[in-house]
Amino acid sequence: MVNQENELLLTSPSEKKARFKRKRDKVIAQFIIWTILIVMYIPILVLIAYSFTTADNIGTWTGFSFDLYARLFTSKTGNEIMVALGNTLLLALASSLISVILGTTGAIGAFYSKKRTRTAIESVTQIPVVNAEIVIAMSLTVMFVFVGSYLFGGANVFSFWTLLAGHVILSLPFVYLSVKPKLQQMDPALYEAALDLGCTQRSALFKVVVPEIMPGILSGFLLSITLSLDDFIVTAFTRGSGLLSGEKTIETLSTLVQAKIKKGPIPPEMRALTTFILIAVFLIVLGITIYNNKAAKKNKVRKGRE
Amino acid sequence: MQSTKKKGLKRFFSFKRKYLAIPYSVFLALFVIVPILIILVYAFTDTLDDGTLIFSFKALTSFFTSPSKINVLVVSLFIGILNTLICLLIGYPLAYLLANNKYNKNKILVMLFVMPMWINFVLRTGATRDVLSFLGINGGNHPYLATMIGMVYNYLPFTILPLYTTMLKLDKSQIEAARDLGCNPVQTFTKSILPQSIPGIVSAAEMVFMPTISSYVISDTLSEGKVTLFGNIIYLNFSQSQWNEGSFMAFVMLILVGITMLISKKFDKGEARISANNLW
Amino acid sequence: MESSNTIISLVNVTKVFEDGATAVDSFNLDIKKGEFVTILGPSGCGKSTTLRMIAGFDIPTSGQILINGEEITNLPPNKRPVNTVFQRYALFPHLDVYDNVAFGLKIKKVPVKTTNKNGEEVVKMRHLSPKEIDQKVAKALAIVDMDEMEDRDVSTLSGGQQQRVAIARALVMDPEVLLLDEPLSALDHKLRLDMQVELKQMHKKLGITFIYVTHDQEEALSMSDKIVVMKRGAIQQVGTPEEIYNEPINAYVADFIGESNIYSGTMSSKLHVRFLGKTWECVDDFALNEKVDIMIRPEDVILGPEGKGVVDGVIDSKVFKGEDYSFIIKVGKAEVLCRDKKNREVGDKVSISVDPENLQIMHKEMMENQWTDCYINDKNQVVIGDDVFEADVTKLLKDGFIDDDGYLTSKAGKRYDLKDAGVIVECSFDDIIISDNLEEGITTGKIVSSVWIGDHYQDIIRTDDDEDFVVNTPYTWMENDVVSININKESLRLTLKKGLDNYAID
Repeated sequence: MVNQENELLLTSPSEKKARFKRKRDKVIAQFIIWTILIVMYIPILVLIAYSFTTADNIGTWTGFSFDLYARLFTSKTGNEIMVALGNTLLLALASSLISVILGTTGAIGAFYSKKRTRTAIESVTQIPVVNAEIVIAMSLTVMFVFVGSYLFGGANVFSFWTLLAGHVILSLPFVYLSVKPKLQQMDPALYEAALDLGCTQRSALFKVVVPEIMPGILSGFLLSITLSLDDFIVTAFTRGSGLLSGEKTIETLSTLVQAKIKKGPIPPEMRALTTFILIAVFLIVLGITIYNNKAAKKNKVRKGRE
Repeated sequence: MQSTKKKGLKRFFSFKRKYLAIPYSVFLALFVIVPILIILVYAFTDTLDDGTLIFSFKALTSFFTSPSKINVLVVSLFIGILNTLICLLIGYPLAYLLANNKYNKNKILVMLFVMPMWINFVLRTGATRDVLSFLGINGGNHPYLATMIGMVYNYLPFTILPLYTTMLKLDKSQIEAARDLGCNPVQTFTKSILPQSIPGIVSAAEMVFMPTISSYVISDTLSEGKVTLFGNIIYLNFSQSQWNEGSFMAFVMLILVGITMLISKKFDKGEARISANNLW
Repeated sequence: MESSNTIISLVNVTKVFEDGATAVDSFNLDIKKGEFVTILGPSGCGKSTTLRMIAGFDIPTSGQILINGEEITNLPPNKRPVNTVFQRYALFPHLDVYDNVAFGLKIKKVPVKTTNKNGEEVVKMRHLSPKEIDQKVAKALAIVDMDEMEDRDVSTLSGGQQQRVAIARALVMDPEVLLLDEPLSALDHKLRLDMQVELKQMHKKLGITFIYVTHDQEEALSMSDKIVVMKRGAIQQVGTPEEIYNEPINAYVADFIGESNIYSGTMSSKLHVRFLGKTWECVDDFALNEKVDIMIRPEDVILGPEGKGVVDGVIDSKVFKGEDYSFIIKVGKAEVLCRDKKNREVGDKVSISVDPENLQIMHKEMMENQWTDCYINDKNQVVIGDDVFEADVTKLLKDGFIDDDGYLTSKAGKRYDLKDAGVIVECSFDDIIISDNLEEGITTGKIVSSVWIGDHYQDIIRTDDDEDFVVNTPYTWMENDVVSININKESLRLTLKKGLDNYAID
């Protein structure tokens, strides 16, 4: 009965009109969103589409084949690409780990420092965030040359380590700024409660503060990875001889692609790699979403229970 | 007496939470402050043949007396502002739609907009160039158009994130109150939604403006070297070992950065941009 | 102090914060084993800081804290045999109920006696076994009636439930002293009353010492064995709830605890005090002519037909309180608050009398303002703190005057240079003029306390440079109001710290 009544109420003419309007608005909104999204993905999707043909240039289709995927693992260019990919991933992981450790400890330390110290630290933190990348890259490089010539008797100090330092500087402030709001949201009494229950200062940090700010640390880490993977300028300036393969300069994907596209089109093997990258990114995003949605419904096992 | 002294020493060396800031501060000092100081030194010196530096305004005068460099600065500022505006014009309504759960309840959709960032921007730029030239727009015939398209492609995701997070935080009851008090949709927008989203707009602009001016890869690739931005000439000076000139132009950029910092400090402290990461 | 019964002693404990504010000032207190002690005072009186120093979160600037006769002043919190229940519970959000309660147990180490290789008996420390932990957690959760909830996330619990977990988490550590920092302040009224009863029962059952901090005087009266009333970092009175209520030591305590009438009066003869224009019989023996404060609880006021009591008044307002009526009776300009079961109408004339036993006579805390660290500047003005007031320095010398050069000059022509002379400045409470027009005064200050004394308020105004001005005012001001302060030249009385001759110039 009641349901029927509701049904009747809902289908009154004005209600009908409003429902139609809502639906129409939603369709328009979805249309706008998806159009922009697709347009944004066109270059990437085109690359992927042309990874199934062997032509050198985008725009010429020479028949469907998986050749490029094989060439990615066999050809000389493919080899170069894989080495660069390895370097890129190693650099992203290493710099993100360092940034997360330094940035998290820095944020915790600053949070518990006097206001003046904190303000000073935060002002300096802001500099790399707003600074032009080319200025960061150039100033670091000039310093490295300076250090090399005045402290190491003219030696070339450029190496994986200078590259690493450059990438850490890129992402470090973002880790700090991701962790800071979590510290501010934390109840300050939690730390004291841990001390009260027998923790030393150090173990209270690990057992209570770190778990509390974990979401901030994780998003700082993901942002660091993103920034490192996306970077070109700092890499191009601060790279030196390679660690992984012993080649003269470290090539990352960005420097490799940049060198290639200066002379011609994107190397065909790169198109195949793009497919893999996109799939990997999709999987990661999917994984994160699933993890977030699964609100940790684990079975609790008490150690001391029979 | 002895014991109190020992105690004092122990207390001095014992762990304090604020000590955790030391490695971070040292790192920032070494890799942010020192390099900038060195740049400042180079900007106001001249390098003699034997490599020694002497105080000089040569880089300053050579910058301000070179019409081509000034011209590059003006063109860069223009392209920077134009790109910021276009990105905001596309990004703002998009972020509004994405953040409004009447139209979109899906966080994954937002992530899809950010995901291109995981594919290196040089590769994306290359792909854009190849696609554009297939469409007949290339550096040869439309250098500025190609550059602008490349810029928007590259920086749009950066604008969406801060705008999206600000939109999520819009005070719904304030918007309803505006409607209730008789605002039409346009007035509701200008009187309630827009003022509330200014921090997001400021951080989005900040994310786009400076990088547009300073990044030389996009203009190089898409205009086939025909469009020169400020980043290009800094890079050029640097690669030609003209460090003093290069440093002075970096100094000019630093001043621009300082102005941006001052403006953004007025509106927010980077929270909008950073909380964007809570998306992950 | 060495009595074996004492569990905690605070000796001259003082806490000055980095910004220079003194939160606790030479605090002395002994707490007996098994006592339920409440530290009571308004916010900012230093009660929480005192508790935090006992817990170890704040270290005293000076003084000592002893537990069982052992000094723990500088010991970190994790080494103290005390545990805290926090105001906003401070449960760990990333752990469930069980793990919150087990948190401390997993860290705790207990001594075990073992024999080493050489056959000597040594005491080693070991962690508790999971089974021991489980038993203790279960027991603690049972005490607070939360044993069904152990798998719940703390964020899903109500405020009252969270409070129970917080108590269990502290109790499970077997503390010798349980510290409770306004634990019920976040709960709603009814729940608060229930928890008061439960806490009191828990205290009886466990037999450990409770130190309870609150600003709620009802809570303090209903739960405590002993109440410590604090004001601005200092103890005002220590006593049982009955003592504190019936025999408050000063107007501040009387005003803070329960409803009260406070009047200013004078001892007129032995066991007689004069106030409200009449002489009243009393049982407290004070010095003749001493200025005193008199406190009468509203329920102790006896109303009678006009002319039959000590003083007559007119009923000015009445409020029905369920059990009885609350009347405000005007006696001249003064007001008397009283409780009576008999209904009367506004405008009725009544007489007022009070059983001599129920007149609580208290020493006046301060008779008038006195600033001891002042000096005279080169314009013959007096500087109190950082503020410059006009003053009449000629009063320092009979028939003195200021000559053209600005020197105080005697009739005989002897001259004195008073620049930088240290003086003690005094001023009556009635002679300070305060106003909400901040431009009007010489300086401004914030009202830090306001006590109604019969027919006027006595307010304390603190300036930015931490000087206090006590003012009698007929007007209602709120605490934290900012007012301007002005004092007429004639109202300031100066006393030179050194003799006038020290400032003579030839």
